[in-house]
Amino acid sequence: MTHDLMIEARGLRKSFGPTVALDGIDLEVPAGAILGVLGPNGAGKTTAVRILTTLSIPDAGSARVAGHDVVREAAAVQRNIGVTAQDATLDEVLTGRENLVMIGRLSGLRRAQARLRAAELLDQFDLVDAADRVLKEYSGGMRRRLDLAAGLLTRPPVLFLDEPTTGLDPTSRVRMWEVIRGLVADGVTLLLTTQYLDEADELADRIVVIDHGRVIANGTSAELKTQTGGARLELTLSEVHTAAAQVLAPFVEGAVHVSHDGRRLRAPVRATTGLASTVVRALDDAGITVDDVELRQPSLDDVFFALTGHPTEEPDNADLEVARS
Amino acid sequence: MSLTTAPAPAASPATPRARPTRSRGATQRFRDVVVLTGRNLLHIKREPLQLSDVTVQPVLFTLLFIYVFGSGVVLPGGGSYKDFAIAGLLAMNLTTSSMGTAVGLSSDLGSGVIDRFRTLSMWRPAVLVGRSLADLMTAVICSAFVGATGLLVGWRPDAGVASVAAGFAIFLLFSYALSWGCACLGMVSKSAESAQGIGLVILFPLAIVSNALVPTEHMPVVLRTIADWNPVSAVTTASRKFFGNPNPSVTIHAWPMQHAVLASLLWSVALIAIFAPLATALYRRRTTD
Repeated sequence: MTHDLMIEARGLRKSFGPTVALDGIDLEVPAGAILGVLGPNGAGKTTAVRILTTLSIPDAGSARVAGHDVVREAAAVQRNIGVTAQDATLDEVLTGRENLVMIGRLSGLRRAQARLRAAELLDQFDLVDAADRVLKEYSGGMRRRLDLAAGLLTRPPVLFLDEPTTGLDPTSRVRMWEVIRGLVADGVTLLLTTQYLDEADELADRIVVIDHGRVIANGTSAELKTQTGGARLELTLSEVHTAAAQVLAPFVEGAVHVSHDGRRLRAPVRATTGLASTVVRALDDAGITVDDVELRQPSLDDVFFALTGHPTEEPDNADLEVARS
Repeated sequence: MSLTTAPAPAASPATPRARPTRSRGATQRFRDVVVLTGRNLLHIKREPLQLSDVTVQPVLFTLLFIYVFGSGVVLPGGGSYKDFAIAGLLAMNLTTSSMGTAVGLSSDLGSGVIDRFRTLSMWRPAVLVGRSLADLMTAVICSAFVGATGLLVGWRPDAGVASVAAGFAIFLLFSYALSWGCACLGMVSKSAESAQGIGLVILFPLAIVSNALVPTEHMPVVLRTIADWNPVSAVTTASRKFFGNPNPSVTIHAWPMQHAVLASLLWSVALIAIFAPLATALYRRRTTD
């Protein structure tokens, strides 16, 4: 199945002086899939992306992107990738349109092609009004969208997005998610890094969790959640009923916890198909009516804590979106 | 630690790709250079304050030197200081303004834009060539301001149009060569500010310890020897020859003063031959991690 892999990394290592950024990382992304690389600040996400996008050379290991070696065939890789780095990589003094046309031309598009494609992207990313303003007047969210557009000029089959929403306000973030989902619908292969667990959950088919330069877990979002602790069933009864806990007992794993007022019940369960219906039906048969039922999956925050023994860092509020003027 | 991802979800039919129509080699390289030169020229247009080095400063220097120094300098062999000074003022202004290359490259390296360029399949040295060509344009502007100010205050070349043009051209070539040296400086300095600081320390003495603004014959022997062999002196002497202006240095026996045009060309070619490959190598080193 190797030929189906659009991104493939084997044993990537990279140190900066005494600091080990990557300590042997393997990654595989099949064509058309979205891989979320999740990890806290300093886990090695950006270093991995820099190697895969030919910006950095690994100390050991190898990587192929779109079938080409990232070190020996860098130019071929560059023709197949679009990159949106964590830090702004566009020209502040140029307008949005000028930036896109410039990058299109430098990617080998003819002038007319570059202009046409720039106009399309400005439209697609809702930047038409700002197209002829210089970047200094752009807000953080607009910059990120333009940076993303800059990676799409040649319609590359493989995209790398390094923390595409870090520092954005919640509205811009959700908007960015929509944009990313739209891209994926076009069939591109995407590698996305994030410190936000909900972002990986929202966007990625599969998630690789890295910490201190190593892969510590991988799987689908659901698999990861299952790996680290089960689901919880939470019920709210219409009125207090002493038999409720007994009725529940056969369906749960472990003790049923009843709240002080006796109306709320909580118990660990193994999430199986139709579990909530079955429980509600059993309670109903016992003449107990239910106001609210919820089967809670553990959050990816729980997962990360279980895997690493430390919580993910709080997102840095210092660099929240500020319209630079 | 290996991991395997699930079978690929069937990729939806890809949208038609606007594949780069790529003719690798000279055409694409030329295009990359044109695009980046254009980008740098847009910077100049958008931030005209950057231009004060090559507009306000040349006018100011020309007026100050002609009226302040000009009142005290007596030229050996006679002639008006105004006529003597213009070639020297070109030397002074073009030498110091070549620092713009160091500052521009250094600030590009400090921003993320170079990383973006590096993920594109463009010709890497186009970043340097595009910068040097844009800076050549600013050098043209700079010489135009010096020339125009000179004409306003009474500078009169005594030669044909082609010869006067050659006098400017030989300076522009030298300034282009110097900007490659400055490109190296930009590559090794940590920030645009430090590039500017170091550049001034090198370029200012280079411009001053020469025959640009005063004749060298009354200088102390050591300074005089340095000045007579300074490439700036050779170019200034060559330019004065082309302008048909007072040119006391032609009586000096130092080889570059006797063969000023040839010396200027040799200096310029040598500087480019040394610094262009060096700048390219430094750029690769600076942008590889």
